[in-house]
Amino acid sequence: MMGKKLLILLLMTVLSSPFISNASEADTTQTTTNNSEVAVKEGIKKYIDHHLEDSYDFSIWHAMGFEFPLPIILIDEGLHVFSSSKFHHGESVAESNGKYYTIYHSKIYRTDAEGTITIDETTHHPTQVKPLNFSITKNVTSIFIFSLIIFLLFRSFAKSYEKGPIPNKIGRFLEPLVIFVRDEIARPNIGEKHYRRYMGYLLTVFFFIWFLNLAGMTPLGIGVTNNIAVTFCLAIITFLITQFTSNKSYWGHIFWMPGVPVPMKIILAPIELLGVFIKPFALMIRLFANMTAGHVVMMSLIGLLYVFTNWFARGAFLGLTLFLSILELLVAFLQAYIFTMLTALYFGGAVAEHDDH
Amino acid sequence: MEIPAIVGAGLVVIGAGIGIGRIGGSAMEAIARQPEATNKIQTAMLIAAALIEGIGFAALFAVG
Repeated sequence: MMGKKLLILLLMTVLSSPFISNASEADTTQTTTNNSEVAVKEGIKKYIDHHLEDSYDFSIWHAMGFEFPLPIILIDEGLHVFSSSKFHHGESVAESNGKYYTIYHSKIYRTDAEGTITIDETTHHPTQVKPLNFSITKNVTSIFIFSLIIFLLFRSFAKSYEKGPIPNKIGRFLEPLVIFVRDEIARPNIGEKHYRRYMGYLLTVFFFIWFLNLAGMTPLGIGVTNNIAVTFCLAIITFLITQFTSNKSYWGHIFWMPGVPVPMKIILAPIELLGVFIKPFALMIRLFANMTAGHVVMMSLIGLLYVFTNWFARGAFLGLTLFLSILELLVAFLQAYIFTMLTALYFGGAVAEHDDH
Repeated sequence: MEIPAIVGAGLVVIGAGIGIGRIGGSAMEAIARQPEATNKIQTAMLIAAALIEGIGFAALFAVG
């Protein structure tokens, strides 16, 4: 009862605080012209695009100046390593060993001292040379940091079993999840005989995706799992493991489906072969699109708080943003679960022994 | 008159929505009939929904 009252009080404070703090501002916003409204909308669109992109510096709160430059590594007739602070957020030309580089649409091009970029009329791409780019970007840094965190967490968790059957503090939280992956995902889908050798990969991919999805919900502003290159690599690893651990009957079911008439076998073979590549492709798109869609919706709703001048609408959108944030927490887990589940399903298909035929 | 590609993507998404809706509804009914099989039904439901969702996203991806 007391908790309910407190909650309502808190909600009312949150919803009404904009009225109090910005009452004087409301008068000035009334007089704004259409021009500034368009500028706000364009600003929000730019902000969302910027949020979804990878970047060459790690900015936590751009406005507050929490920024760290990251190393740029280019291979262009020799190795070029320099700090991304030389670009000044893509505004100036960076010089390294007598060569000049500039950022155009978040890609690095070789240019001259003035930083000229000429656009090809037909392809709409710059004509300048694009050097091989091995830079440690924001996403790569995030992956390094979170891999290290996951490694340290699970190292201490695993070590605590040396002392006895009860895990340490963080282990008590992680143990049910590990058992969940084993008993709900690996065992029923792969089978009692083979599931053990896939557990390492399944646990890694589950916790990697889950942790990085959750990291995307923090104000750190990192979006690793909504980068298609990351999901592509995860899907490729699943694809390779499936192909290289598969048995004879897996390929038999692809090229010469048992139990159906011969004309049907000929029709099924190309479809099944296509399916081999569509499965990891769907894995890649699903994770990428789900996380991108989630981020776009969240950023758009936050953007709407700036578009609307009506404080009731703003309060409503604040509530909606909070609700969707909680939904995104569920999606973060669900996507990790589905990726792991489908991966296990494909592994199961690769090692299944069909004695029943 | 040329129909924009995004209309096709919209149709695919409508189809995917109907599909996922039917899966959810059927799973609901199945759980109501057999509450002891909830876990198995939920797993099967999530897999089927994820597979359909993939097609919806693929359509949006091909357009955008």
